[in-house]
Amino acid sequence: MKKLMKGNEAIAEAAVRGGCRAFFGYPITPQNEIPEYMSWRQFEVGGAFVQAESEVAAINMVYGAAGAGARAMTSSSSPGISLKQEGISYICGAELPCVIVNMVRCGPGLGGIQPAQSDYFQSVKGGGHGDYRMLVYGPASVQEAVDIMYTAFDKADKYRMPVMILGDGMLGQIMEAVELPEMVDVASLPKKEWATTGEGHGATRRIINSLYIQPDALEEVNNRLFSRYKELADKEVMVEEYMVSDAEIIITGYGTVGRVAKSAVNQLREKGIKAGLIRPVTLFPFPAAAYERAASQDNVKQFLCVELSMGQMVEDVRLSVNGKKPVKFFGRSGGNVVTPDDIVSVVMNEVK
Amino acid sequence: MASIKISRESCKGCGLCVRVCPKKILRLSKESNNSGYFAVEIFAPESCTGCASCAVMCPDCVIEVER
Amino acid sequence: MATVFKKTDMLTEVPFHYCPGCTHGIAHRLVAEVLDEMGCQNNVVGVAPVGCAVFAYNYFNCDMQQASHGRAPAVASAIKRVAPQNIVFAYQGDGDLASIGMAEIVHSASRGDNITVVFINNAIYGMTGGQMAPTTLIGQTSTTCPGGRCAAQNGNPIRVCEMLATLDGPAYIERVSLADVPSIRKAKKALQKAFNCQKEGKGFTLIEMLSSCPTNWKMTPEQALDYTKNEMQQIFPLGVFKEVK
Repeated sequence: MKKLMKGNEAIAEAAVRGGCRAFFGYPITPQNEIPEYMSWRQFEVGGAFVQAESEVAAINMVYGAAGAGARAMTSSSSPGISLKQEGISYICGAELPCVIVNMVRCGPGLGGIQPAQSDYFQSVKGGGHGDYRMLVYGPASVQEAVDIMYTAFDKADKYRMPVMILGDGMLGQIMEAVELPEMVDVASLPKKEWATTGEGHGATRRIINSLYIQPDALEEVNNRLFSRYKELADKEVMVEEYMVSDAEIIITGYGTVGRVAKSAVNQLREKGIKAGLIRPVTLFPFPAAAYERAASQDNVKQFLCVELSMGQMVEDVRLSVNGKKPVKFFGRSGGNVVTPDDIVSVVMNEVK
Repeated sequence: MASIKISRESCKGCGLCVRVCPKKILRLSKESNNSGYFAVEIFAPESCTGCASCAVMCPDCVIEVER
Repeated sequence: MATVFKKTDMLTEVPFHYCPGCTHGIAHRLVAEVLDEMGCQNNVVGVAPVGCAVFAYNYFNCDMQQASHGRAPAVASAIKRVAPQNIVFAYQGDGDLASIGMAEIVHSASRGDNITVVFINNAIYGMTGGQMAPTTLIGQTSTTCPGGRCAAQNGNPIRVCEMLATLDGPAYIERVSLADVPSIRKAKKALQKAFNCQKEGKGFTLIEMLSSCPTNWKMTPEQALDYTKNEMQQIFPLGVFKEVK
């Protein structure tokens, strides 16, 4: 049965049903409903909840809980994610699984609380110090966010890395009807042999660490991390392609913009313009092949990348298109949200 | 009857045990160990009471005490 | 004859990397002995800091996590919450705990996290080469206050135990010294008390250990012990600052 839920609360419930038994957060708009929901929900399911003293403390609590084997997560919004980046780097270096939700707000600085996509770089390019990436999803609806959140811990555990769900104020605040999945039986999840469960002694002791003084040892870690990223690219890419086969112009955007762009594609088709959509669902790994394929089609003349930023994902689109076709950009920032009409008018007046 | 066993190669020659020995029967060796430290040695073992002060003070756990 | 003193099994065979005469090794041993005597071989998790004790995970013979600079209490708090049956301790130096990690230690204490923090106060940043710490004494020289710490320019040393004792969360807070044998024996008793408080679920416990850093103080190990006794203990008096019965 479908239930009408706010994005943030639906994500929180999906996390609990996906096995989250440790949540550590800090208030920041527009994600506050997630820690608020978790504060009582974790209590109900026998999990841990702490409203930490800072985002920095919260991500380090995630590190501790994840290292001890729990399915741990945190949520925040852009300035808070900036603060968490050191901790995320440690989590990646120590090869720990966890989930991080970022309901992006506009920046730079304190910026504003309106929706934005200006955290693309700090999400998919590493974000903190050192060589690392994480699995990043950009869901476009509450249902998609719920479905991704539900399996996010499985992915995190499988690849031993953080999974980031990149939303924005719109996704967090919108209310939509969602189908919630069944509760995972946490007790039946596979045991994590590497986790510091307290029993380790002598040969069996476990160390969670990201310090490697010997260059060869650290290089080996980096090579291992990047072989996992390669595996992600082979197995985990998710992308929505819509009316691409006969398209002359490909509009591309992710998250809520992907949804707006789809409406624009429909409107353009009604006007007789052959538009298509590529909407990345995974932002890392980036669905480069979808762009390569489209760029190789003779009918595709150009691309238009639409973002709520001054242009971040467009760089990956251009790398994927690799000069085969022109890639234009249309973005709004400061919390302004593009409408389907905006995109249609850009296509009609400037691109076409 | 008491005795101490010094793990000479692990000793860093800091001398803290020499300072706290109530019988003053420890000293730093004139010969260095393989790490280059002048390890501690006991020069009057018959006077050792096994009080373990040296071992309690040792930052590197190089002294074992029997009594 | 019976063996009356040998290295505890709760320490690994790995030799400490600490400088000659550094009292970190004594603190490690005391913590390990207490855990051993409590029978915690298979139910303890330790958290190592950033600083000289970063390699503590190589020495404690139990499950260990290494935390980022200052965040050990946050990490330890989470480890305890997801597995409350374990004894959990964080081992931190003064730069780690009283400077960059001040927020974490205060809030962990305030929440009454049921963990034990071992706080090594040697009044200096050791690992990075002897810079001024939040606990550096007025007049004490360091590489970043080469003329001696001056209150007007560098602020004053922070007394962590006294400050945390004003909070309602902590169950036991004591400052001890590692400068001589009787003090070391007393330090062990303090640790026993703290870990027992944790076992009984009483809440946050912290033992501050006045420790010496001959290398960065530019003293012999013996002079450093004298400095701990004669100078540090003046500013950081020993004693129990909080005890919940």
